[in-house]
Amino acid sequence: MRWTLWVPLALFTFFLGLAGYQLSQPKDDFIPSGMIGKPLPQFVLEPVSPDRPGVSTADFQGGTPQLLNVWASWCLPCVAEAPHLERLKEEGAQIIGIAIRDKPEDVARFLNRHGNPYTRIGSDDLSAIQFELGSSGVPESYVIDGNGVIRYQHIGDVRAEHVPMLLRELEKAR
Amino acid sequence: MTRHGHFLIACLAALTTVLFAAPIAAQSDTPPAPYAYQQLDDPALEQQATDLMHTLRCLTCQSQSIADSDATMAGDMRHQVRLRILAGEDPEAIRIWLIERYGDYVSYDPQVSATTWPLFAVPLLLLLIAGAILRRRIGGRATVDAEGQGE
Repeated sequence: MRWTLWVPLALFTFFLGLAGYQLSQPKDDFIPSGMIGKPLPQFVLEPVSPDRPGVSTADFQGGTPQLLNVWASWCLPCVAEAPHLERLKEEGAQIIGIAIRDKPEDVARFLNRHGNPYTRIGSDDLSAIQFELGSSGVPESYVIDGNGVIRYQHIGDVRAEHVPMLLRELEKAR
Repeated sequence: MTRHGHFLIACLAALTTVLFAAPIAAQSDTPPAPYAYQQLDDPALEQQATDLMHTLRCLTCQSQSIADSDATMAGDMRHQVRLRILAGEDPEAIRIWLIERYGDYVSYDPQVSATTWPLFAVPLLLLLIAGAILRRRIGGRATVDAEGQGE
């Protein structure tokens, strides 16, 4: 029998193996932003909380790295990350919030219940700045250096184990 | 009560729990963006916007285009597309703006790039191989036939 007759079977087995291997890999739904290493887009966001000012691009150009937290009062993982953002604040991180599609009364209720680690909170009513950042959901956190350049993106809620890592990233951006 | 009865009640209880469970991933309850469900007045511009929206991937649903999805974020993306088309932007420029932020992932219209070239190269390669095999077989038979006629 000619050996070439085995080629189709070998190919079939190869693809079967490939499909089997890919099925056994965990699914990665994260869409990383292509904006890392690039400056923040120009924007001005209105305040959404009476005791915190709004947010604009200029607020990130003061020379110190800051954490930009994209969140929403209607987002459940944001509740889970609240204590860890509080922890980051206690460790000296400056956190600026952008609330996606939110209402002042809902924001107030959320901050009352889960704490307010933010120095400023801007309201992004139509997710416009979220698209500019390359963010595909809430919550996401970005390390922005003192010149307003995006240095690092953390997708999903900040957990206890992410706190030291984010502090390191903030230090690196100095 | 019989064992069957218990089983049925357990099933009903399970069903009610499923039906009335609060959704885990909540959505915003603020109103949709103005151009999420509102078409542009100019039919030609709206056609450009719709054509583009059918080839952009929804970021939260990931298996639908933003034209097909009812997710809030897809609505906000449709708003962006229509606003930018209305402002005179070229549809392909809008696609590039999104690819710059979200990668090839966001586009259903694959472009040749460092990661996608095999998509385009492999079918060509297979065609060439098939062509070569066919030529050998048919060419081979023609010679045999010619030899047969010669006898």
